[in-house]
Amino acid sequence: MSYQLILTLVSGIFISGVAGYLGTLMLSRKMSVVAGPLSHLAFPGVALALIFGFDISLGVFPFVVVGAILIWLLEKRTKLPMENLAAIIFASGVGSALLFLPIGKAEEALVGSITKITPWETIMVVALSLLVFYAVQRLYRKMMLMNVYEDLAVIEGTNINLYNLLYLLNIAIVVALGVYLVGGLITAALIAVPAATAKNISKGLRSYKTWAIALGVISAIAGIFIARFLNFPTGPIVVVSSAMLFLISVIFRKKSF
Amino acid sequence: MSVSLDGEKILKNLSFQVAQGEILTILGPNGAGKSVLLRTLLGFLPYEGKIIWEQKPKIGYLPQGLNQLKVKDFPLTVQDFFALKNPPPANDEIIWFLHLVGLREEILHKTAGNLSGGQFQRMLVAWVLVSHPDVIFFDEPTTGIDIGGGETIYSLLHTICEKENLTIFLVTHDLNIVYKHSTTVLCLNHKGYHCFGAPKEILTPKMLEQLFGTEIKFYEHH
Repeated sequence: MSYQLILTLVSGIFISGVAGYLGTLMLSRKMSVVAGPLSHLAFPGVALALIFGFDISLGVFPFVVVGAILIWLLEKRTKLPMENLAAIIFASGVGSALLFLPIGKAEEALVGSITKITPWETIMVVALSLLVFYAVQRLYRKMMLMNVYEDLAVIEGTNINLYNLLYLLNIAIVVALGVYLVGGLITAALIAVPAATAKNISKGLRSYKTWAIALGVISAIAGIFIARFLNFPTGPIVVVSSAMLFLISVIFRKKSF
Repeated sequence: MSVSLDGEKILKNLSFQVAQGEILTILGPNGAGKSVLLRTLLGFLPYEGKIIWEQKPKIGYLPQGLNQLKVKDFPLTVQDFFALKNPPPANDEIIWFLHLVGLREEILHKTAGNLSGGQFQRMLVAWVLVSHPDVIFFDEPTTGIDIGGGETIYSLLHTICEKENLTIFLVTHDLNIVYKHSTTVLCLNHKGYHCFGAPKEILTPKMLEQLFGTEIKFYEHH
């Protein structure tokens, strides 16, 4: 196995594992589409990075994080649903990027560049994934109760605004990482699909979380090898693998009645 | 205390006092502001005036809108649902309270969204009680529970209230329950009419007519 392949696999496994995990929280908040708009917000960052010739991650992170904070501020102020606000953010991201993104060079932003990942970037990916994993684990029970019924979470002593902010920041980090792996167009799938598949095949919370992580990891590994074998771009194949697993889960779905 | 929502005054110059160990029922027609009063006392809504607790109470709350349909989309077993509490309660404690509300422990492994309305409601009552609150707010806790079941839950609340010296704020439409299980009644209606006192004084045909605007016959059982 080549050194580059190992780096690709390691970063792929970590990004999709943590994306699947975070996705379980987002699905139960009916928010899994929010990752899409946020990832499109990476485009202006990519555009700036390409124009001025600096590392793409330096362009992507600030834009996505600022986007997440904007959604949080707007939600507090307007009480509109987060997914609605994300749509607004989405439009601003794509709109402004189209103005000056050098389209010819934009392929990396669209489908990701995980097969060219460097050792240093791999270390960053692993570190950030572990950080998010830990944070989501700490947020999980209270966020889940907020998703079920917000007032109960308040009574249980949860600071709703703080948790929403931390939650969005975690989404922002995962989305920025996802832009590396599969690109801005389909990052949302990394988050949304494993959770949906896991929900089809699990009954309790523990198996839901475990399956989502496992399915994320499986589709990353499968996608990276299949793409290499068929000589296709990696990102799209990872997402297609994930979608295939979802289809299989539909067949085995536990009936709820 | 007064509460306004969107510029409209929902509660006007309301003033009352509840002692520890009392069961206060809030009674009144739909839209009179019963839930608003509960939510204000819980600290969710801004208000003018003062709410004074002798000691900061540990609060339990069973909201009106939470039912099994609401959690249908969550892959949560009953056990998972209890584990969402902060801090998560011990298993034997959960089982003890489940038995208390008339549920068997096998229910722990069922999906919360697949319980019947009545089972879910009982489970919620256990969920509230398991953290040993001092003050409990129940917003129509027996919606969806069959007649006998509702009676059981209220008797249960009554017993626990006496045993643990809990204070209960209750919103209900069931006059029999009010009569049998509450120590005090606070009534509200849209016109800003309110009254406060023991059930015997409040639940007279004349008072009820004033409160609900139509003649309501209520027979004393005993």
